[in-house]
Amino acid sequence: MREITYAEAIREALRQEMQRDPRVFLMGEDIGVYGGAFGVTLGLLEEFGSERVRDTPISEGVIAGAAAGAALAGMRPVAEIMFMDFTTLAMEQIVNQAAKTRFMFGGKAQVPMVLRTPAGSGTGAAAQHSQSLEAWFVHAPGLKVVMPSTPYDAKGLLISSIRDNNPVIFVEHKLLYRTTGPVPEEPYTIPLGVADVKREGVDITIIATSIMVTRALAAAETLAKEGIEVEVVDPRTLKPYDDETVNRSVKKTGRVLIVHEAYKTNGFGAEIAARITEGETFFHLVAPVKRLAGLDIPIPYNRTLERHAVPQEEDIVRAARELMAYK
Amino acid sequence: MVDISREKLLDMLEKMYTIRYFEQKADELFGRGKIHGTMHLSVGQEATAVGSIAPLRPNDYIASTHRGHGHCIAKGADVRRMMAEFLGKETGYCRGRGGSMHIADVEAGNLGATGVVGGGIPTAVGAALASKLAGDDKVTICFFGDGAANLGIFHEGLNLAAIWQLPVVFVCENNQYGMSMPVQKSMPVKDVAERAASYAMPGVVVDGNDVLQVYEAVSEAVQRAREGKGPSLIECKTYRWKGHSKSDQERYRTREEVEAWKKKDPIARFQKWLLEKGIATEEEIEAISARARQIIEDAVAFAETSPEPSPDTIMEGVYAE
Ligand SMILES: Cc1ncc(C[n+]2csc(CCOP(=O)(O)OP(=O)(O)O)c2C)c(N)n1
Repeated sequence: MREITYAEAIREALRQEMQRDPRVFLMGEDIGVYGGAFGVTLGLLEEFGSERVRDTPISEGVIAGAAAGAALAGMRPVAEIMFMDFTTLAMEQIVNQAAKTRFMFGGKAQVPMVLRTPAGSGTGAAAQHSQSLEAWFVHAPGLKVVMPSTPYDAKGLLISSIRDNNPVIFVEHKLLYRTTGPVPEEPYTIPLGVADVKREGVDITIIATSIMVTRALAAAETLAKEGIEVEVVDPRTLKPYDDETVNRSVKKTGRVLIVHEAYKTNGFGAEIAARITEGETFFHLVAPVKRLAGLDIPIPYNRTLERHAVPQEEDIVRAARELMAYK
Repeated sequence: MVDISREKLLDMLEKMYTIRYFEQKADELFGRGKIHGTMHLSVGQEATAVGSIAPLRPNDYIASTHRGHGHCIAKGADVRRMMAEFLGKETGYCRGRGGSMHIADVEAGNLGATGVVGGGIPTAVGAALASKLAGDDKVTICFFGDGAANLGIFHEGLNLAAIWQLPVVFVCENNQYGMSMPVQKSMPVKDVAERAASYAMPGVVVDGNDVLQVYEAVSEAVQRAREGKGPSLIECKTYRWKGHSKSDQERYRTREEVEAWKKKDPIARFQKWLLEKGIATEEEIEAISARARQIIEDAVAFAETSPEPSPDTIMEGVYAE
C-alpha cells in the first residue's frame, strides 16, 4: 500500500467526502490559498472553489457557531480552528449551542458538523499555541471527541466523523502531520468508539493517545530488548470510549500505564484510570494504575523546558520499568 | 506642524532603526537555527509603533500583539533582555518561558504581547479602567491588527471603553492582511476606523508609514484620554514586508505589491524629512543607524552568553506566592 502523510490523509478524506456529498463544505481561517497553517487543505480551493472552501475572518466564535447553524439547517460543515488553543474563543458555541442542541430540542434536530483543530507542543510556539485541550470537550455531553495517531486512522476516522450526525471535535497533532504510513486510496471508515491495539504484549498495557502512541511504540521497542513485552492500546476516540478493548488488554497484562500529552490534573487519563479501577478489571491488576501526562504548567518556549513539560519516550520507558517492579 | 523636540525626533529615528535591525537579526538567527518556534516580523511597520508610543509618558501602558517587537522597543525595553528571550534564555524578559510572542515588561508599562489575536484588547480596557478607578491620569495604548477588528472581543472592548469613557487609545495597525486574508475580503467597510462610529468615539485614518502623522493623531487621542474624554480609534495604514510568520509561502500577494510598499519605507521617509528640515545631517543619521546596529550586536552577545533556564525550575511561576 502507498504511504502518505497524516496531513495528506486528512486532505484525502476531506476531498473524497466533498466529492461524495455536496452538503460537505469547509470553513476556517486561511484554509484557501494559504492551505491552512499546516498545509492540510492545500489545493482544495482550486478543486472545489471558494463557495465550498470558505476563508473566514479571524472569528472563531462565529466559525464554530455558523458551522453548527449550517449543520442544523441540513449541511455537513467541516470547520477548522487554526490552533486548539483558540477553541477557547468558540467555547460558548461549541459547548452551549452545538453540543446541547439535539437534546434540548427533544432529539428532533441534529448537528452533523466536524470541528478540526491541531493540538500539541513541540513546535516552540509557547503557551498559547501548544495546548491539548481534549479533556474539556469530553466533559461536554453531546460532543464526540476523536484523536487519531496514524495517517490510516486519520483518514478513516475523519470520514466517519463527517458522516456522523453529531458534532465531532477532531483533534490533530501538529507533530504528526508529516509522519507517514500506509493509507488505502479508496474511502473507508473506522467506527467511532473502537480502540485499536497498536502492538501486542503481555506485561504492561500502555494506553496512549495521539502522538503519545508513537512514543509508546518506540518505548516498547526499547523495553522489548529488556524482555518487557508492552501492549499499546490507542483509544482513537475519547468519546465514545471503548472500555471493552482496554479491559481485555488489562486483564491480560495486569499492569497499566496511561500516557497523554494534556495536563495531568483532570486529564483524560484520570477518566481511563477510574474506569479500569471501578470495574471488574480492578481484580486483575497487579500494580497501581500509573499516569504519565503533561505537567500542570503552560507550555514553555525554551526547547529544553518544552520537552520536559510533556512525556517523552524515555519517560515512558522509565515508568514502564517501575511498573514491572510489581509482581 | 509637529511640535516635537529635535532630541525626541532623533530618538524616534533611533528606535525605528533599532526595531528594523532587531528584526533583521532575529530573522537571521532563526535561519541559523538559534531561535526556534515561529516569529512575526513587523519590518515596514516601524512608524506605527514609534509614532504611537512617542506621545506617551514612561508610566503609561501599552498592550501589544503577536507582532510586537516594535511596540516593545518603542516602549523603551532593554533590547538585550528581549534578545535573550528570543533565544529562550533565563535572562530574557520572561525567563525563556514566553519567547517572541509573549514578551512583556509589566513594571515598565508594557502589559505584554499575546499570541491570541485580539487577546490584548480587553487587557488594555482593563488597564484603562484601573487608571480611572485609581484616579491617576495614565493612558493605555491598545495595539491590534486589521484582522483582530473582526473578533467579537474588539467590539466588546470598544463598547465598554466607550460607555465608561476609559482612557484608552485603540491603535489599529492595518497592514492589509490578516495572515492570507486581505482586509477588503474580511470587512464590508473600507476602514476599520469607520467602526468607531458605532461606539461614538473619534475614528481617524492616518498614513501609518508616516511617523509624524501617527504621532500627531495619537497625541491628540492621548490628550483626550488624559483629560477624561474617553477612548479613540486610530487606524494606521501600513504594510508588513515579510511573510506573516516563518511558515508563510506568500501565495496570497504579489512580489510587485510588496516592492511597491517597500518604496514607502517609513524610515527612509522620516530621514528624508529630517534632512530637508535641517534637523539632522547625513552624518548624524549615519551615527544613529550605527548606534542602533551596535545595540543589537550587544544584545546578541548578551543573549548568546546567557544561561539556559534550568529544568529544575520548570514548575515555577504558575501561581503567585
Ligand atoms: C484568536 C486567534 N485566531 C487565529 C490566530 C492565528 N493568527 C495569528 S496572527 C493572525 C493574523 C492576524 O492578523 P492581524 O490582526 O491583521 O494582525 P497582523 O498579523 O496583520 O499584524 C492569525 C490568523 C491567532 N493567533 N489567534
